Amino acid sequence: MGDNPSRSTDANAGGAGVTGRHASPVGIGVSPSSYEEPPFGGGGALPKKSRFSMESGFRGLSVASGAMVLVIIVAIAAFLISKAVPAISADKVNFLSFKEWFPNETEPRFGIAALAFGTVLSSVIALIVAVPISLGIALFLSHYAPKRLATPLGFVMDLLAAVPSVVFGLWGRDVFQAPVADFSVWLNHYFGWIPIFGGEGPFGQSIMLGGLVLAIMVLPIVTSLSREVFQQTPGMNEEAALALGATKWEMVRTAVLPYGKPGVIAAVMLGLGRALGETIALALTLGLVYNISFNLIQVGGNSIAANIATTFAEANDTGRGALIASGLVLFAITLVVNMAARAIIYRRREFRDSAA
Amino acid sequence: MAKRIEASNVSSYYGSFKAIDSISMTVEPKTITALIGPSGCGKSTFLRSINRMHEVLPNARIEGRLTIDEQNIYDADVDVTAVRRLIGMVFQRPNPFPTMSIYENVVAGLKLNGVKKKSLLDDAAEQSLKSANLWNEVKDRLNRPGAGLSGGQQQRLCIARTIAVEPQVVLMDEPCSALDPISTLAIEDLMFKLKDRFTIIIVTHNMQQAARVSDKTGFFSIDKTGDPGRLIEYDDTQKIFSNPTQKKTEDYITGRFG
Repeated sequence: MGDNPSRSTDANAGGAGVTGRHASPVGIGVSPSSYEEPPFGGGGALPKKSRFSMESGFRGLSVASGAMVLVIIVAIAAFLISKAVPAISADKVNFLSFKEWFPNETEPRFGIAALAFGTVLSSVIALIVAVPISLGIALFLSHYAPKRLATPLGFVMDLLAAVPSVVFGLWGRDVFQAPVADFSVWLNHYFGWIPIFGGEGPFGQSIMLGGLVLAIMVLPIVTSLSREVFQQTPGMNEEAALALGATKWEMVRTAVLPYGKPGVIAAVMLGLGRALGETIALALTLGLVYNISFNLIQVGGNSIAANIATTFAEANDTGRGALIASGLVLFAITLVVNMAARAIIYRRREFRDSAA
Repeated sequence: MAKRIEASNVSSYYGSFKAIDSISMTVEPKTITALIGPSGCGKSTFLRSINRMHEVLPNARIEGRLTIDEQNIYDADVDVTAVRRLIGMVFQRPNPFPTMSIYENVVAGLKLNGVKKKSLLDDAAEQSLKSANLWNEVKDRLNRPGAGLSGGQQQRLCIARTIAVEPQVVLMDEPCSALDPISTLAIEDLMFKLKDRFTIIIVTHNMQQAARVSDKTGFFSIDKTGDPGRLIEYDDTQKIFSNPTQKKTEDYITGRFG
């Protein structure tokens, strides 16, 4: 047997595999005796299921992977809470409403209010700027640009997503800051009567600079995901709109945008997730001031993640606990945002599912 | 209301591939014309050339003249969206907009044309759905998704959507090929009814259907794969199916070819 690598072929062909022949004497139904043999599909007792098959192995593997998600989430939450609780109980002021951050003193006083506010405000500005531009680029790439332009342009967008955030931060601080400061002066001069553009300066490392840098970072994510969903619009729905006498833009509005809406929401939420968690770019571009102000152009602004990055090194035990508590708040904000996005997507689920 | 269509020497191309070769035919108002022939013979391409949907595909172009009441729809100054509003189209597979309700689907074309008044839209929706023999089945669930209907109902919804914008001509590209016989019968009944108001051109693979519904029949064929499709014979349906002049037509309708 050992010198017969392909036993089964030999057995059927009636070759040298003698033992194999004895094991299956049927000869693939050529002789009349095959009438008495059981038919191909069995007929005798069914073969036993093997106890350890690939099937159960893969099932175990995938169950374990699924369980891993829960384990990791619980582990992170347990870590955050166990470190945060002692620090918060040592806090001499209200953690949720206090604006400043002095956790390293003998009488620790720190609060999340200004940091959370700055985090959300810079992210919201980033989205307000980035989402319309992203959708425009995505539509251009998926429906307007000729193919030989769309492919390289899409590649460049993906390249933009690969730029490390510290590079964006340095660029924002050293290159982008000057024009934004000039623009801020202009805004302040002409639109200073609107509170968000008011103030006496100085201008520069402001919420606006941070928000704009974030916008550039969010842009490629939202663009490439939106382009993906726009491209998946069924061609027959686009044709239906065109056949009703729609112009290209009307076709996009009738068929493409509604179809892509859940995907676009998911893309925006992913972008928001990146903006909320962004650390080093904001640490380099914001003024890192602990106050709550809707003024966008004066030096100021801070965020939870940037604060962790800039103050972790000199923090004592309570200080670290306080920073971890702020991380817990960031975690909660992200969670709420994600759940809200899912709620929006599920609201019109009936329409989406029946379309599939 | 319905209009006469006249094609003279229409040839359509996909890039360098010639799909149909100088088709000429005249379609009278308020008639049903069936286009039959083997797969790949250019019936659908010709149909899509009539409402300028052919040029939606990349590199597609067309030669020749196609007039609707003496107006060449391929003239340079003609607004293509106006042509498509004038000449509606129903596709092979039902394609209601998946994100829209039944009601929204029917009025989608009107909304595109700037009709905003709720009462006008409501009237048009009811009238179109009645014309499409669908009103009784859906009147209690107009806000349910259009894609939740059965295949035959979806196709009638698409017909309602098409006729809601009051076109002159309705093109149907194998409208029943994805449907069961009962739904097919419903669509055929509907076509007879719509004939009073519209000029209808239908592409079908079902020769019984062509014989049942149409006044005139055009038989398309190709010599071999890669050749452009040609109009072999175009005559009264009765004549085509009883006493065709061309041998090829006879072979096809008797099942000896194609």
